[in-house]
Amino acid sequence: MLSTVLEFALILGLMTGLAVLMGKWLTRVFTGTRHALPERCTYRLLGIDPLETMGWARYGSALLLSNAAMMLLGYIILRMQAVMPINPLGLVAQTPDLAFNTAASFITNTNWQAYSGETSLSNFSQMAVITFLMFVGATSGVVAAAGFIRGLSRSSSADIGNFWVDFTRILYRVMLPLCVTMALVYVWQGMPQTFASQALATTLEGAQQQLIVGAVASFESIKHIGTNGGGFFSMNAAHPFENPTPLTNALHILSMLLIPSALTYTFGSMLLQRRQGWVFFGTFLVMFIGFLALVYGAEQNGNPLLTQAGANQALSIEQSGGNMEGKELRFGIADSSLFIATTTAATTGSVNAMHDSLTPMGGFVPLAQMMLNCVFGGDGVGFINLIQYALLTVFLVGMMIGRSPEFLGKKVEAGEIKLVMLSVLAHPISILGFTALAALWPDTMASLNNLGPHGFSEVLYAYTSGTANNGSAFAGLNANTPFFNTTIGLAMLVGRFFTMLPMLAVAGSLAMKKTVPAGAGTIPTATPLFMVLVVFVVLVVGGLTFLPALALGPLVEQLQLLSGQTYN
Amino acid sequence: MTTQSIFKGLLRPVLVSAVFFMALTGLAYPIFTTFAAQLLFPFQAQGSLIEREGRVIGSTLIGQHFTKPEYFHGRPSMTLGADPQDPGKSVSQPYNSGSSGASNLGPTSQKLMDQVAARVKAYRQDNGLAANAQVPVDAVTASASGLDPHISVANARIQLARVARLRQMPEAELLQLVNEHTAARTLDLLGEPRVNVLQLNLALDALLASRQPSVAASE
Repeated sequence: MLSTVLEFALILGLMTGLAVLMGKWLTRVFTGTRHALPERCTYRLLGIDPLETMGWARYGSALLLSNAAMMLLGYIILRMQAVMPINPLGLVAQTPDLAFNTAASFITNTNWQAYSGETSLSNFSQMAVITFLMFVGATSGVVAAAGFIRGLSRSSSADIGNFWVDFTRILYRVMLPLCVTMALVYVWQGMPQTFASQALATTLEGAQQQLIVGAVASFESIKHIGTNGGGFFSMNAAHPFENPTPLTNALHILSMLLIPSALTYTFGSMLLQRRQGWVFFGTFLVMFIGFLALVYGAEQNGNPLLTQAGANQALSIEQSGGNMEGKELRFGIADSSLFIATTTAATTGSVNAMHDSLTPMGGFVPLAQMMLNCVFGGDGVGFINLIQYALLTVFLVGMMIGRSPEFLGKKVEAGEIKLVMLSVLAHPISILGFTALAALWPDTMASLNNLGPHGFSEVLYAYTSGTANNGSAFAGLNANTPFFNTTIGLAMLVGRFFTMLPMLAVAGSLAMKKTVPAGAGTIPTATPLFMVLVVFVVLVVGGLTFLPALALGPLVEQLQLLSGQTYN
Repeated sequence: MTTQSIFKGLLRPVLVSAVFFMALTGLAYPIFTTFAAQLLFPFQAQGSLIEREGRVIGSTLIGQHFTKPEYFHGRPSMTLGADPQDPGKSVSQPYNSGSSGASNLGPTSQKLMDQVAARVKAYRQDNGLAANAQVPVDAVTASASGLDPHISVANARIQLARVARLRQMPEAELLQLVNEHTAARTLDLLGEPRVNVLQLNLALDALLASRQPSVAASE
């Protein structure tokens, strides 16, 4: 128990230190004026002028169109997999609905996988489609944050930066160097990194064993640094080749939190308001610790039905105990819980334990964090989501005490609040609307692996994960059907672009405004009180929106578990 | 700003960036990393394969299915494989490293509770435990990957009596071997204490073979 608390404290302490280092680095990337040689060559190849300044509409269009072209390229390669090189196992192309789902999933930084990596993708597709889209999807998120923060920091200006410069720099100065370094650390710890597709072995008892290998380490590093989350193998970061040791598990967790936490520091640096950055960091952290405690408590406490069946779930010096169904022994309860809380906070969606087999309250945590979507959040977009709630807080508090709402010295007016509301509402409409549709769809029952409230949770989880661009799953659900592939694919696109684009518009609109000095009527936003207010607004808005759906899933399941009710 | 000026000149960078960044991040990056990894850590980069008498017998990281009572047994595995009678169908094939998988059964699933109850019964029988003995949870629940190479210390210590009896060796000596193959938490903090089943069984074979070379050769 003590070692668990110390472990959590160590990881969160390291995260805080890395947030400062990475935050400083990102500030330099976002604000630097010099272009390195490889960058200048890239600009020439793309045919763009690095000195051009863009308004939010042009910046957003470039982001949207380049993402569309990349998604299309990925789709084409997946459809032509059978004739592409490096396919020694002779895997066939994905079907149109599955290839759409896969391409949409990886460009939106979701990494939902309706396929199984070992049996559906050649090593060429794993590299040229999946690794590629993981890089550009994550980079696009950070680019959006760069434009967004720049917009907030400017006054009386239409300019929020140059999309191509931001994209190239973030890729060259942040993503690629970090990923190469981390990949080599991962190989040292045991992840395969080879052009071979398999290794054959004869086991100790004489059975044939086919070990699937490939470029796993280079995949894992971008997967976590980019808060992507799709697995090379079907069982993702639970697979010993994707996550061989407790050390790689800790590095995965720190990688996922790296950029989302650092952006709060970058924000503080670029606005010359360090305290404000720390207030947002604190907002993230407070919510995170609450959810972590909840999932750890529930999983360590275990499942009373397992005890009835004769399993000993007590924590002792010889075993970690707890609900070990769908968990790996090297991680036990503590490392699995920390990973669960992190992957759904940072909307990565990789898993080192099967979320479908979590206890009801353990499964409540990933669902709730994805529904709130701003506990750290994904690379770039998590920070944007938090600012969306901060604007809402300023507005609500301003209304309550009759002051005109201001944020960072800018007047917040009807136009911005309308855009914020569009973004706040797109999220639940997609989650709840699609879940309702699936609940009515006649074939849904055939896709469920569990019945009763847990079956409903499987469907709710799928659309929450898709819309929040998380990608983890209650994986018992068979989502590889035309209906689920299409609707979850749409949910991912709505969740990505209906929050990112309105918020870029907000930044563009705030950038145009004059900064006014804080007066007696200004609500200070760089205070612990404001932090508490933001947390409160997030929980109230999220609670009002999603509690009815959660009551039908994990909450009623918890009550049934306590009364011993099971489902066949 | 007019619509025309928003989109002006975007076509070329949009198309070129898709192809160029695909080549850079999707091909150059993994290829470069592979060469570097093969150079620096060739053993790990291939999949940490272990050989005995010149034959690959597995990977230190991937669990194997042990059924013989004289070996330590790993955790239950829910991986599937193609049915040899009918390749279109999947049947249970524990520790199939070609297709990782878990049960994905929820906490109120009767199927899961029936499976666990059956495993508890078999575990008690295999290890000569009392009919109401509580057994370590890792021994009766399926892992996430279906390829978990480890068991808990509690689980290994219970199986120890059975293995020692069948291998005709003193329990104290086997306990020492188990202890040698128990990995502690990293930095005393990360992960859980654990026993690698394949490596323990290999060491057990090697220890006994060094005493009775003729028996080992005939196996």
